[in-house]
Amino acid sequence: MREIPVSQITKKVKELFLTSAYEIGPDVEAAVRSASESEPSPIGKSVLCQLCENYRIARDERVAICQDTGMAVLFIDVGQDVHFTGGDFEEAVHEGVRQAYREGYLRKSVVNDPLFDRKNTGDNTPAVLHLRIVPGEKVHFLVTAKGFGSENMSAVKMCVPADGEEGVRNFIIDTARKAGPNPCPPMIIGVGIGGTLEQAALIAKRMTARAIGSHNPDPRYAKLEADALAAINRLGIGPAGIGGETTALAVNIDFAPTHIAGMPVAVNICCHAARHAEGEV
Amino acid sequence: MQEYHLHLPLTKEDVQALRAGDMVYLTGPMLTGRDAAHKRLIQLLNEGKELPMDVRGQAIYYVGPAPASPGHAVGSAGPTTSYRMDAYTPQLLKLGLNCMIGKGRRSDAVRQAMRDYGAVYLGAVGGAAALIARSIKSAEVLAYEDLGTEAIHRFTVENFPAIVLMDAHGGNLYESGPEQYRKE
Repeated sequence: MREIPVSQITKKVKELFLTSAYEIGPDVEAAVRSASESEPSPIGKSVLCQLCENYRIARDERVAICQDTGMAVLFIDVGQDVHFTGGDFEEAVHEGVRQAYREGYLRKSVVNDPLFDRKNTGDNTPAVLHLRIVPGEKVHFLVTAKGFGSENMSAVKMCVPADGEEGVRNFIIDTARKAGPNPCPPMIIGVGIGGTLEQAALIAKRMTARAIGSHNPDPRYAKLEADALAAINRLGIGPAGIGGETTALAVNIDFAPTHIAGMPVAVNICCHAARHAEGEV
Repeated sequence: MQEYHLHLPLTKEDVQALRAGDMVYLTGPMLTGRDAAHKRLIQLLNEGKELPMDVRGQAIYYVGPAPASPGHAVGSAGPTTSYRMDAYTPQLLKLGLNCMIGKGRRSDAVRQAMRDYGAVYLGAVGGAAALIARSIKSAEVLAYEDLGTEAIHRFTVENFPAIVLMDAHGGNLYESGPEQYRKE
């Protein structure tokens, strides 16, 4: 058994959110840069060049890539041989978020009540936590700072088995078409197929953070990813939605076993400021 | 496609001259406001009360900036998605607001009001927030300080880069732009 003081959790969470707010992942930057060379629309090309310049300024000056520094979402895998000491584990995670957003000049975008009060909590907490217990004595974090321009364009559909591959592909493409310029294209599209309503959505969220250029290991799902991506890039939406061939950088799909009667499909859209980071304690 | 260097507030002639697809560089004062501030402004209008600032002939930028770090007027400050303001916008255009800066589609009611009252809708590049912030030279809170990032600010900008998304004559870059590249 390994003892971990919760202060180490706070420190790691803070560090990961600061890194993700200022430093875009190398896969995203390389994909945007490559698209800026291949994009045929002159105005689309100029938008992509502005994004590359923006990534550089944010990294060099340690300022937020986007003013919407998101709602903090954490996927945490806790080793079953870990014993946390010195306080409440979940509170230590929220404290890491609080410190990152306060000290890092990141925007506080969380309201306490969705419908009636809508009062800003002032420190971007609470974060959204997804915990799993895994073998071992480490704690693994995947954190994403999820902006809501793109979150608002996401969708879930309870498909039925008869909808098949075509039904799933069309739902992914239709969701991108309806989103149009709103989620800040070029977008990264996470898709979860199967499980239950909430499991499909959780998979989709994880898939927004899968590296651009990686593929589902099952060749059938990899082909669905490639086909959906190609079709979305034929929609004409383009960078910033004002026309072009670079509408999405990736369609990342994963799946889970599901019920004999069902085929839930969740499509989670992420903007080009796709901020996520991984780390371990 | 033309390129214009314009001073804010825009004149009626400026608004009428702009066409969807034009590039503009704005210099001068602009208001800011997003969801919560719009809700309050429209509540005041519905109660027959005065607004905390004059919107006649003014530009409004839909933005909730990140906090300013030392040495900066403002933190990262890119546009937010505009359709959430659509329910409130026609009333402000009727009062004389003539320029909106944001990103994303607008409702038919907003587009009709833009034609009726003479207004343009400009786009700043969503997510290019650190780059855009460099053109914002000062920021002060005009109203609703309690809303934090959602307060109404007055930004003073210099060569703020934007694209005309929708003009006062019905032109819409979100239709004409993608049309050229669609291969369905």
